[in-house]
Amino acid sequence: MDYRSPLAKVRGLGSAKSGTSHWWMQRVTAVALIPLSFWLIIFLDLSVHAPYQEMIAWLASPLNTLGMVAWILAVFYHSALGLQVVIEDYIAAEGIKIIAVWTVNLSFLLLALAALIAVFRILLIG
Amino acid sequence: MAINSNRPISPHLQVYKLPLTGIISILHRITGVCLSVGLIFFVYIIYALAAGSNTYAAMQVFMKLWPMQVLYWGFIYAFFFHLCHGVRHLIWDAGNSFNSDTLNRYAMIELGTSLVLTLITLLFV
Repeated sequence: MDYRSPLAKVRGLGSAKSGTSHWWMQRVTAVALIPLSFWLIIFLDLSVHAPYQEMIAWLASPLNTLGMVAWILAVFYHSALGLQVVIEDYIAAEGIKIIAVWTVNLSFLLLALAALIAVFRILLIG
Repeated sequence: MAINSNRPISPHLQVYKLPLTGIISILHRITGVCLSVGLIFFVYIIYALAAGSNTYAAMQVFMKLWPMQVLYWGFIYAFFFHLCHGVRHLIWDAGNSFNSDTLNRYAMIELGTSLVLTLITLLFV
């Protein structure tokens, strides 16, 4: 006879681990990105047309530095959270799923750090 | 967890014509993945800037090639669409506008708005 309660059997198997904070942070970063993306559009447009000195001066102005750094932090976090959901939805095999999620999260952490380091190097120039 | 792959499944995507709301729902996810890949290009651009004026000039020449311009404007449109549908999701999350008659109208508004925002960026920014 099995004395374990139905709850004890499913504990650790289902969802409801850290899903709520994952979902919540996806929304928090989404709201933050609505105004911050203004800097992305300006940055991208300048990067295609503007001369080097103008671009450096633009990024070195305090408000633009703040906007770009905040955008970088929010966007890579938002992106990693989103890709994790996509992976969890389409990959059923548990092992591959965990490896894929770790790979994505670590890659996006690395990309975010790379972008931040680039901004700080540009500040040293400007 | 063991997954029994012999379970019968109902007919799905292959035989089901997606309504407009379904198409933009999956487009939100597809654009999200594409924009994530696009972030790699963002890191490339900002690194080229950090590396000095020669690397920066080379990056600009590369970005002006027509395949890169197609990708670039595709990225901008995907971004604005993802933004518009993201706002739609936030409205849903707040518990509003689930009635079926507004769904298609909102879908058209999202597609139109993202196109207008892309054109504004193309013409004025």
